[in-house]
Amino acid sequence: MMKKSRRSFLKVAAISAIGIGAAPAISISSSSSSQPVKSKNAHAKTAKRWGMVIDTSKLTDEVVEHIVEACHKNHNVPDFNHEVDTEKYPNTRPVNHKQEVKWIWEEHFHNAFPEKEDEFLAEKFKNLPFLVTCNHCKNAPCVKACPTQATFKRDDGIVIMDFHRCIGCRFCMAACPFGARSFNFRDPRPFIDEMDPDFPSRTKGVVEKCNLCAERLAKGEQPHCVEASEGAITVGDLEDPESEVRALLNEKYSIRRKQELGTEPSVYYLM
Amino acid sequence: MNKSAIFTGLVIFVIIALFPFWINLGDPKPVPEPELSEKAKAAKKCVLDKMDMRANHMSLLDEWRDSVVRDTNRIYTNADGKEFQMSLSTGENSCLGCHEDKSKFCDKCHTYASVDPYCWECHTDPKEIK
Repeated sequence: MMKKSRRSFLKVAAISAIGIGAAPAISISSSSSSQPVKSKNAHAKTAKRWGMVIDTSKLTDEVVEHIVEACHKNHNVPDFNHEVDTEKYPNTRPVNHKQEVKWIWEEHFHNAFPEKEDEFLAEKFKNLPFLVTCNHCKNAPCVKACPTQATFKRDDGIVIMDFHRCIGCRFCMAACPFGARSFNFRDPRPFIDEMDPDFPSRTKGVVEKCNLCAERLAKGEQPHCVEASEGAITVGDLEDPESEVRALLNEKYSIRRKQELGTEPSVYYLM
Repeated sequence: MNKSAIFTGLVIFVIIALFPFWINLGDPKPVPEPELSEKAKAAKKCVLDKMDMRANHMSLLDEWRDSVVRDTNRIYTNADGKEFQMSLSTGENSCLGCHEDKSKFCDKCHTYASVDPYCWECHTDPKEIK
């Protein structure tokens, strides 16, 4: 048998130790190219802070109806006036219209802007159909109220919900000064005329609201309300001075809902 | 006298105590094989390796959901460079885009293992709508 000197043993041991120590580093550097990557669609629309400008002069009852329908149909929002298919859904309780679910809807001026109801307000405002929806506030009170972070603010300013995480506590509904959120008191499916396969429905016990069509912006498309609005609604980047929404806001006088509360709504109404 | 009473009692006790064992004697129910659609067969490999998918698809879906909802990243490029839509049911590259028949794929194992994921309370199988 060969006899090893202490010196040669230490040499071999030291080289092996370096090898073992370096192995993880080598394997990481060699496999880093094939790690899975998560990325955005190349056409995705991005912004620093998404906002919406609604030109009230272009809103007619007909346009408003189209907008609401486009939004609600494509997001599978239940319509409690829809006749339930009793074969598919037997034992459906009668509806309570106070529990209706809505993402965008028509409101009178004095309800949308209660603090701006002046004594001698121009007559035309009293009859105009106003469209109201989630304001995607800069300082969103619903985000602060949510105990599970189901409602959160994205980096691009959209206040959005992770329906999976919503526990239905409705703190956000109490916190929202605009009533923009609805609770699903019951399974919404019997009241959906035609399910849109591109968007999920919700389930009993979760809150829902407008998501500024995040799923469409991600594909590089305009929100449903913008497409149906015949030019009355524009969605764009409020922080970009060159954007279309900023150009519109420069042109005309605009108001926001309940500005005095300091939530900084991102929905502007051109007057 | 006492002896035989004790003995029969003991036998009954042992039979009852061994209930879980003798009730499961005989042929077990066959383990279901999820049926792959033609498209899935042609693709050969899912997002991850077969065994990895089998064991970890739920954590992958969980990761995907957070990525889509919170980080706005909707496309997943796997280790082989193949792109997937991080979605259960929308589009060609989503889960159901390839595993076309949910009842022959997802449901087969889920039913056998008696797990009842609530994905489909909100998400839809495009086929079931029609």
